Amino acid sequence: MNDALIPAGSAQSPAIELQPQPLEPVPLEVASLVKRFGQVTAVDGISLALSSGECLGLLGPNGAGKSTLIRCIVGRALADAGRITVFGFAVGTSEAREALGWVPQELALYPRLTCGENLAAFGRYHGLSGSKLAQSVTWCLEWAALGDRAGDLVKNLSGGMKRRLNMAAGIIHRPRVVLLDEPTVGVDPQSRNRIFEMIEALRAEGTAIIYTTHYMEEAERLCDRVAIIDHGRIVAQGTNRELIQNSFASRSQVLARFAGPSDEIAAWVERHNGRLVDGAAQFTIEQSTQIAGLLDDAAKAGLELVDVSLRRPNLESVFLHLTGRELRD
Amino acid sequence: MIIPIVRTALMALRRDRPALAMSFILPIGFFSIFAVIFGGQHNSTAKIKVILVDQDRSRASLELAKGLEREDSLVISTRPSFKDKGAAPDYTAAAAEAAVKAGDAPVALIIPAGFGQSPISFGGAQTGPAIQLLSDASDMIAPQMVGGLLQKAAMTAMPAAMAEQGMKYTDQYVGGLTPEQRKIMSGNLEQLRQIESRLDAQADGTAPAHSAQGSADSGGLVAVKVRSVVGENKNGNMISFYAAGIGVMFLLFTASNSAGALLEEAESGTLDRVLSSRVTMTTLLAGKLAFNTMLAFAQLAVMFLWAQAFFKLDLFTHIPGFVIMALCTAFAVAAFGMVLASICHTRAQLGALSTLVILMMSAIGGSMFPRFLMPPAMLKAGLFTINAWAIDGFTKVFWRDLPVSELWPQVGVLLAVGIALFLIARRIARRWEYA
Repeated sequence: MNDALIPAGSAQSPAIELQPQPLEPVPLEVASLVKRFGQVTAVDGISLALSSGECLGLLGPNGAGKSTLIRCIVGRALADAGRITVFGFAVGTSEAREALGWVPQELALYPRLTCGENLAAFGRYHGLSGSKLAQSVTWCLEWAALGDRAGDLVKNLSGGMKRRLNMAAGIIHRPRVVLLDEPTVGVDPQSRNRIFEMIEALRAEGTAIIYTTHYMEEAERLCDRVAIIDHGRIVAQGTNRELIQNSFASRSQVLARFAGPSDEIAAWVERHNGRLVDGAAQFTIEQSTQIAGLLDDAAKAGLELVDVSLRRPNLESVFLHLTGRELRD
Repeated sequence: MIIPIVRTALMALRRDRPALAMSFILPIGFFSIFAVIFGGQHNSTAKIKVILVDQDRSRASLELAKGLEREDSLVISTRPSFKDKGAAPDYTAAAAEAAVKAGDAPVALIIPAGFGQSPISFGGAQTGPAIQLLSDASDMIAPQMVGGLLQKAAMTAMPAAMAEQGMKYTDQYVGGLTPEQRKIMSGNLEQLRQIESRLDAQADGTAPAHSAQGSADSGGLVAVKVRSVVGENKNGNMISFYAAGIGVMFLLFTASNSAGALLEEAESGTLDRVLSSRVTMTTLLAGKLAFNTMLAFAQLAVMFLWAQAFFKLDLFTHIPGFVIMALCTAFAVAAFGMVLASICHTRAQLGALSTLVILMMSAIGGSMFPRFLMPPAMLKAGLFTINAWAIDGFTKVFWRDLPVSELWPQVGVLLAVGIALFLIARRIARRWEYA
């Protein structure tokens, strides 16, 4: 029999061509995670997955359970239930430890060591040595824009520099999954932008990132997807657009400020199903024509309009809509 | 406005429990320790162990031995106590000297052969061989006490010898109570008074009978020759004792302070970050223990080098013993510091607890005053401190010139204590491992 006459796809075809390529394990998978501290359930059945090069934002107010979730992932808190895997390896295994990089909220550095010494110390703790360690330290210093500060003591750095070094210490072993726990706390806008650039550079290299914050603008700028967390649960998850679409569809928000007695303003806002946020009345409307009706009613109630604006809902609006609370409660 | 300030300070103190404890417990603890040692609040006065070697075996020497045995403040030993009493041979002069050198007893008395022929003398007219008092120069009190009690025993326990010697004196100097004899006796009494005056003058202006070179004490009824068998050729008399005592106390403070870095790291989150790497808690604690041991060893080395340079301590001829003792002490002390750090939750707590525990340990363990001053119960309590074992070991090396092989009890205890304390610290440190 002539092999050339065998039709493609028949049983005689070489088997190797038919086998599917093995799938790359998911960088991070969390399933039904529960963590309790006494009577308090800090993480209540959270599930999520993270792809390579993806940045997932965990958005929620202080005490929502973001940091506890991160600590469970990094192995510093033992979950009461659920499962966490890093590239298929259970959390706590050496493979998982090496694949994970953690930037804690605190400045977890040695204040009496220099920037370079700090990075070298944490590199050694991850098993780096020799030229590999030196290269990694140099790379991290450049990444954090601290190349000219390698010999400076940490205690002499500015707040923003300390934050950047704190991040560099978390990725000194070049992990493929990085957990950033509110890395911009207490830094000025300039340093914050620098930190954003650092994170974007990591993501461009294919690093999977979890980024916890209670700043909506940060989540909108950096994250491909956002999980909104409240009371230890993910109340909504998706892209920025999906979250807004699911909560508001095509509706818009009207923000109006009034002069007058605050109790009268509050009563009027409540009558019209609005909310007072930072002193501004906030209403969700289907059509822009509803604005005129609202303002006319306010005038009849004796409220003096100071200013009014129309905007598309954002993540903060979504959080408020879903939880009834502000992000920065 | 003074009352609100007092009130605020009182509220702050009430909430700062370590400071509160320091304010009351530490002074009470220290007062109690000093009261027990020096205040006579205990029933058992420190008894002095005396090794007695009777080479004479005469009636007078046996009576003197009985008199010494009746003294409450002395424990007379004629044979090694660790052997079976029935089978153990009595101490010889050489064995007694070796026992004093080894620190088994601070004093040994050797009654020489021929003592009984002329046991006592009046006014320093020594005719027979003198009793030898062998002493350990590190204990400055015991030889003097034993010397005094020896004279007391001679007065009370040898009436026959006293009477016999009195008769001899009567025959020798008086010969009958005729006017002429009275004249002779008065003359001799005057002579005795002159001798007494001369001896008093010597006692006022010179060192006591006990000295490093040894001396013949001719001022008493019984002639005694005092000889230091330990420390007689030492340059720095008690330097090694103080170097070890003070050194260990400050080592304990340094070790607890250094171990306190663990608390700072826990507070700053650095500990969490380290434990999220390849480093486990056991590795981390072992690393800290190794560092603190090296630090403590370096401290001891510097202190003994200083003593060598400025106080003529003979360090370089005792290097092996020093290295062994310093390493074991440093290890135990480092582990002790880690236990303190792991028990505490804040630096303030650690500061208070370490001050309390270390000062107490140092007082009981002999860092502040020599242990031979302590009553038996306190001596036993001292064995529960690192200080006592370390000081005993350094004393063996520098004072008694004992070989390294003799250090095994101290080395064994310090290493065992270090290991046990490290395991305890590891156990307590579990609270940092996971939330």
